[in-house]
Amino acid sequence: MTKGKNRQIVRTTTWSAGPGCHGGCGVLAHIEDGKLVKIEGDPEHPWNQGRLCSRCLAMTQYINHPDRLTRPLKRIGERGEGKWQEISWDEAFDLIENKLGKIREDYGPESVIFSMGTGRDIGAWICMLAYAYGSPNVMFALSGIACYSPRISAVETVQGDYCILDAAQWFPKRYEDPRYQVPECIVVWGYNIPASCPDNVFGHWIIDLMKKGTKIITIDPRLSWFASRAEKWLRLRPGTDGALAMGFLNVIINEGLYDKEFVEKWTNAAHLVRSDTGKLLRESDWVEGGSPVNFVVWDTARQAPAIWDSQQLEYKSANVRPALEGEYEVSLADGTRVSAKTVCDVFVEQVNQYPVERVSEITWVPPKDIIEAARLYARSKPAAIHWGVPIDMTPAITPTVQAITDLWCLTGNLDVPGGNVISRYAFDAVAYALPGAKGVIKLKSKEDDEKRIGADQYGPLRKFIWRAQTDVTLEQIFTEDPYPIKGMWLQACNPVAGIGLDPKRWVEALKKLDFVVAVDLFMNPTTQLADVVLPATTFLEKDSIRSWWIPLQSINKAITVGECKPDIEINFELAKRFDPDFRWNNIHELFDEILKPSGLTFRELQQQGWAFPPEGHPSHPYHRFEKGLLRPDVKPGFQTPSGKVELYSVLREEWGLEPVAHYEEPPFTPISQPELCKEYPLILSTGRRSPVYFHAEHRNIPWLREIDPDPVIEIHPKTAKSLNIANGEWVWVENWLGRCKFRAKVTLVVPEWMVMTAHGWWFPEEPGEEPSLFGVWKSNVNQLIPMGFQGEDGLGAPIKHLLCKIYRVDEQEEARDAR
Amino acid sequence: MPDKCEYGLLIDYEYCTGCYACQVACAQEYGWPEGMGGIRVIEVEQRLPNDRAYLSYIPFPTELCILCAPRTRQGLEPACVKHCMAACMKYGKIEDLAREMSQKPRMVLWVPRS
Repeated sequence: MTKGKNRQIVRTTTWSAGPGCHGGCGVLAHIEDGKLVKIEGDPEHPWNQGRLCSRCLAMTQYINHPDRLTRPLKRIGERGEGKWQEISWDEAFDLIENKLGKIREDYGPESVIFSMGTGRDIGAWICMLAYAYGSPNVMFALSGIACYSPRISAVETVQGDYCILDAAQWFPKRYEDPRYQVPECIVVWGYNIPASCPDNVFGHWIIDLMKKGTKIITIDPRLSWFASRAEKWLRLRPGTDGALAMGFLNVIINEGLYDKEFVEKWTNAAHLVRSDTGKLLRESDWVEGGSPVNFVVWDTARQAPAIWDSQQLEYKSANVRPALEGEYEVSLADGTRVSAKTVCDVFVEQVNQYPVERVSEITWVPPKDIIEAARLYARSKPAAIHWGVPIDMTPAITPTVQAITDLWCLTGNLDVPGGNVISRYAFDAVAYALPGAKGVIKLKSKEDDEKRIGADQYGPLRKFIWRAQTDVTLEQIFTEDPYPIKGMWLQACNPVAGIGLDPKRWVEALKKLDFVVAVDLFMNPTTQLADVVLPATTFLEKDSIRSWWIPLQSINKAITVGECKPDIEINFELAKRFDPDFRWNNIHELFDEILKPSGLTFRELQQQGWAFPPEGHPSHPYHRFEKGLLRPDVKPGFQTPSGKVELYSVLREEWGLEPVAHYEEPPFTPISQPELCKEYPLILSTGRRSPVYFHAEHRNIPWLREIDPDPVIEIHPKTAKSLNIANGEWVWVENWLGRCKFRAKVTLVVPEWMVMTAHGWWFPEEPGEEPSLFGVWKSNVNQLIPMGFQGEDGLGAPIKHLLCKIYRVDEQEEARDAR
Repeated sequence: MPDKCEYGLLIDYEYCTGCYACQVACAQEYGWPEGMGGIRVIEVEQRLPNDRAYLSYIPFPTELCILCAPRTRQGLEPACVKHCMAACMKYGKIEDLAREMSQKPRMVLWVPRS
């Protein structure tokens, strides 16, 4: 497409550096004489339908920013001293090959950690490099891997495939498609609109649906935009989501508001649980030579046990009528007799431990509101739940997600139009090892994976999440047990300012390593501690693919900036150097292999821009579990060990963890820490979203910074008054780990008992060298959050519910310190 | 001078989420320096009975708004209207927009200086 004389318009897809987000928006990039002059939303693109967010609309200031890194840099002073020398790419590649090659020779490839931030169009390519080098230790640098992967892993534990809010994103014509139905109700659970685009969803789709009549239930301690427009708003105490979900289940079960047919046909409600061990009764318990993966039900037709064959997905005998309730005596293979009860009974007993009054005590939500909201959700057909990252950001993430997953399953909202719809990668074209999928880019052998940090301790890391466990990795850098860590490759990863909790510990860790490479677009507090910094590109400066949910999309290069290289090109060059057997000759060949299941080549995909899986494909809705589209053996059912939705999780049992949904009090709350709470009486919640920033990015973009100039803390007017704090004043936020300062926003949005701060703050305008590190220690709230409090399954972290006190910054004291 | 007040902006502030896309779209279109711009988002936090409140955001066209005359002459929507994430802004003739206002509450019609 062209317009005017020198103007060229390039159609492409957002993902990663630039707007920063999880992407998917179609854009038209206006290029004049090789420079970006304007960017607009693509009106033909079904994802964003012409709209575009503030971050993307500021791309001209980002691309042409005077501080962009445009040549590789080599450190020439001490780490953190801020002394750099520009070098050529050849020199940079040689240096890295040499240094990392030496570490591999001396300590083994597992001694280098490949660390990413939110990943995006980096996840695949950092795996490609790590695996070519031979290291299984690809790490997402957040404590407890607490962003999205835990939710995916937990949902897959229960139902085998992930699912999300249905906003008709599977259809080119979207809401107009006759197969689609607008949800009668959406539960917006811990999600706020200004962040706008979480993974897998364009946030404003919910606004589109509200205009079409969808009612909103909001679950949020904050009076968010959604909360102020909601039919029901439940202001829960942060971290108690699991209890609230159990309360919903309690109302739904006891008032009979669940889908009985779904429970009988599609869940493992009828499977028997031994009363002596509390574990599932397996065929191998019951008969000699029986299979340990098959389960036992009580057949009411024969008044005898019957076997559920988990491979064939049928009973071994004909016309079985399984009991959903009751306790039965069963003779085992070894002659002993045990009593066993149904999963249904075990589940209901668990649910009945959460009567609404108790849930109200835990969550601080009035009983009436819990009951009314549960009824509204259960009676709305269809209804969907859309959740945000606070669900991941608690140590008991998996039991919480089990409860929420049970909600949409039991109400018959799974994979139905307007419900929670199973979300797979388009055409099942998967680039790399992700939860539930192994992808084209893999480790060369199982042996290579044996040293992956944390995989031996944590079940989900052996089944769903192919990453090193972050908290264990950080510790291992210091203990060197069971093996030393010597190097780190950081790609769009900023643990000192953004993704790292206890960030001073990350500084110490980086300084302990022999060799650190950072790949990024601007200098930031983390790149300051590297030995080599490589300049990466935005999405407008590269060819790539977005085989990430639906639709399948190409990213098309529009411009070149300096000597910047796309992440994939950097990693491809080094992967070839590290792996003599590296199997791709060029990048397009790799793209073509990833895209193969779609039947398109990269060039073909580029020409059409995006592609939707057709009706009948496993990545196209609806009712796939009934049609046999979810399992490789095409049998109706789910990809779980039992082939059923598991109200009692087989995997959790095998991992030695509580198999049924439940609530656990987080580690730093007024309830779990009454003594600490005396000194730090306010609940500290972090991660207040800004409409103009993506995590630690964009503070250097003038149009965006102007809108949100300072790190903000929200304080309720009564709390502020009692502490003599006025709107706009700077306040210290302090707990036993440290303190940092924020500008007070006195607002009714937060309750009296809680404050909420922004995250990811550093000041690109301040000196980059130590001790300043771009002023990162002033307002990085992660200094008040510890590492090492991941959940029992290695996932989740207490990020949204800590304790603190706040007080006014004494300006005279500040001035004295400055002198 | 009635011929100068033919067009306006209709805002459905029930759905404005305060995403600031309009403000940055305007900055991009005209290259505004810091502190200037054709549209500003106003935040209103209204306390209600029973510990509730209503959060509103309203895009307000400033003295610098020209209703994107260079764009509308080409048949394009103003930059703010085009990019509005909530699709809650509309450009049109004042009398058409005024008629539309009678269809639902929480609307405001701006007729900028242009």
